[in-house]
Amino acid sequence: MAFAGAKIIQPLTVHASATRSPDPFTNNKSTSLSSPFLGSTRTLTLTRSVSPFTQRRSASTVVAVSDVVKEKKVKATSNLLLTKEEGLEVYEDMYLGRAFEDMCAQMYYRGKMFGFVHLYNGQEAVSSGFIKLLKKEDSVVSTYRDHVHALSKGVPARAVMSELFGKKTGCCRGQGGSMHMFSAEHNVLGGFAFIGEGIPVATGAAFTSKYKREVLKEDDCDHVTLAFFGDGTANNGQFFECLNMAALWKLPIIFVVENNLWAIGMSHLRATSDPEIWKKGPAFGMPGIHVDGMDVLKVREVAKEAIGRARRGEGPTLVECETYRFRGHSLADPDELRDPAEKAHYAKRDPITQFKKYLIESKLATEADLKAIEKKIDEVVEDAVEFADESPAPSRSQLLENVFADPRGFGIGPDGKYRCEDPKFTEGTAQV
Amino acid sequence: MASIFQVIGAATAAVSSSTSFDTKKFQLCSRRSVSERKSSFVVVKASGSNRIGSRADQLVTNAVATKADTPPAASKPGHELLLFEALREGLEEEMERDARVCVMGEDVGHYGGSYKVTKGLADKYGDLRVLDTPIAENSFTGMGIGAAMTGLRPIIEGMNMGFLLLAFNQISNNCGMLHYTSGGQFKIPVVIRGPGGVGRQLGAEHSQRLESYFQSIPGIQMVACSTPYNAKGLMKAAIRSDNPVILFEHVLLYNLKERIPDEEYVLNLEEAEMVRPGEHVTILTYSRMRYHVMQAAKTLVNKGYDPEVIDIRSLKPFDLYTIGNSIKKTHLVLIVEECMRTGGIGASLTAAINENFNDYLDAPIVCLSSQDVPTPYAGTLEEWTVVQPPQIVAAVEQLCR
Repeated sequence: MAFAGAKIIQPLTVHASATRSPDPFTNNKSTSLSSPFLGSTRTLTLTRSVSPFTQRRSASTVVAVSDVVKEKKVKATSNLLLTKEEGLEVYEDMYLGRAFEDMCAQMYYRGKMFGFVHLYNGQEAVSSGFIKLLKKEDSVVSTYRDHVHALSKGVPARAVMSELFGKKTGCCRGQGGSMHMFSAEHNVLGGFAFIGEGIPVATGAAFTSKYKREVLKEDDCDHVTLAFFGDGTANNGQFFECLNMAALWKLPIIFVVENNLWAIGMSHLRATSDPEIWKKGPAFGMPGIHVDGMDVLKVREVAKEAIGRARRGEGPTLVECETYRFRGHSLADPDELRDPAEKAHYAKRDPITQFKKYLIESKLATEADLKAIEKKIDEVVEDAVEFADESPAPSRSQLLENVFADPRGFGIGPDGKYRCEDPKFTEGTAQV
Repeated sequence: MASIFQVIGAATAAVSSSTSFDTKKFQLCSRRSVSERKSSFVVVKASGSNRIGSRADQLVTNAVATKADTPPAASKPGHELLLFEALREGLEEEMERDARVCVMGEDVGHYGGSYKVTKGLADKYGDLRVLDTPIAENSFTGMGIGAAMTGLRPIIEGMNMGFLLLAFNQISNNCGMLHYTSGGQFKIPVVIRGPGGVGRQLGAEHSQRLESYFQSIPGIQMVACSTPYNAKGLMKAAIRSDNPVILFEHVLLYNLKERIPDEEYVLNLEEAEMVRPGEHVTILTYSRMRYHVMQAAKTLVNKGYDPEVIDIRSLKPFDLYTIGNSIKKTHLVLIVEECMRTGGIGASLTAAINENFNDYLDAPIVCLSSQDVPTPYAGTLEEWTVVQPPQIVAAVEQLCR
């Protein structure tokens, strides 16, 4: 019981651990952390960086950031950032995300799915960059823009498409829908419609991981949790409360902000007093990183560090990915507010095109390899649609199931029997 | 604290005197009904209590009534404790039994809980298992839910039930709904508990009755404890249940003393408790109002009435069997509750009874609830917002006319 009786140490080393932001030249040895970060590859101008941390170094070193990273990449022909297998895996995953979402749009306009559907086009680098580094036992928590997170985590395309069509073969038996993708097998903990409400759930999953290690003595339990959410959520109370708790108890969680600059029609700059979200990490005692979310390699490098940190028990990280959604907020959004120039700017930086170019130029794959993958994925998506089409809709009998894990929760009826014992219960017509 | 003690003293006195009183007199005049009832004084054992279909064999022990009655030999050597200690005992037994059971809340660890329900547990089980959280109800409730989804069995304490209004998002959306929206993939075996109800001049915000706000949430169960015996039993049942359960305790009842059995017992979450069998009128109540009702019952028996008092205990779902049987016998219903008039538990119960037992009613249901008023600070005003024994007596007299 030694660990269980130990007091949790309050981390006060804000300054030591907080120097993860913009500068890759941070003197790593001066901090208590063992692993160096590559750091941010911000494209924002540097005139604003007057944080106490950058004051320790001369401004000129920060200017050289992008040069050094570029240099690093070019030098790395023999020291590739990933192997061919990894490259193809990531490409396949990104392409799956894109193809799937495009198919969703088609199906929606054909009346196969209804309600609110939020598509992930343009943000694939974040999902693939992070989730492909996880083990099956690690957890992912997302928001309503969750199709691709579920797919990256391993939920079959068939199950996701059926869920969108509202069929009983969906991953949630048709009861969740677009905004509630869950998978116990792949540890996808949702799928939440209200923004911010998934972050505490993710914190809880991370808490369980720590609990298993320290109280239940499962020493090899190093499961991490990823919480994905957007820029709008970063102004929500639950975000800050969870940053606090995660840093306080050094929970193995990574808070991934997919900053696509827009919360429906609200520009991030109009909603946030300090739009640099990564800065909010150090305020709570955890590293805050900003990364180019359109470049899957950069995301992957940052993710590796953050996940490694969490696995070693060093605590949470806040990663802000600057990304963009090519479509509107949802399929019902006319998307009139965004400047066409802005859209064009990011369209030029399409993560899939960029990565394809990289794979070919660094000789990791040929055009033929990638075309084969694309063909395969197109077939997978077609098959998913067919499967979903042919699957039956849920029958009435499903109505009352799953409300309670223990259906005695419906209570005792006037005849003295539990409501769930009523034969009509399984038909879905019982009075409860 | 002293003032609370006064009230508790009054309540306890009311309990003990009504207990000794009604069982003595009561045995004389209602012997017939005693013999008609089957096995009323069987203690529900842990092993048998959770089987579906076994309900007919096991009726819950009436903790109050058995005191002066010929007690089964097993319960005589029990131990005496206060209600908050009973809660702690139940909690501790469950923590001992299952290492996944953990507690989280404000000041539950080092401070021992604002009403001392978790006192000593942090020393015994450590800071992670009895977790002192920062003041972030929505987030730590959500954290408890996330932990429950991934295998733990947390008990989330609201320092005052009213604070859980801040956690409404998590309780409604996640706690209640996630099992369903995930298609049954994740279960949420949390227990959300805390003291609520109108205390002794605690002011409006600390005197809230959240059962009325939570009752519509599909997917949760709500129970209210009222005696040390049922507090421990319900706590254990709630922890063992795979459903999310909200356990309502009452600020003024924590110091009630009672002798409870030594051997382990778990009560049934969905059942009501027969406090005092009777013939003339069915009085349905829960939590603190049980004691006001029993006090009124004393007066009523003096005046020749024979009220049947049922502590409904399960606020969601209602135990319509116990309630129905009573109505079929007495044909008159009085509901006494501490919830507000509008949209409270009494309102729902009235609707449920009208729907199911309309044919058996001789008169419309009378529901005595608290005033639709934010609880005032002044003692005199506060007294008038909740239902008092004289009102109960008057209502019964009116009904029985």
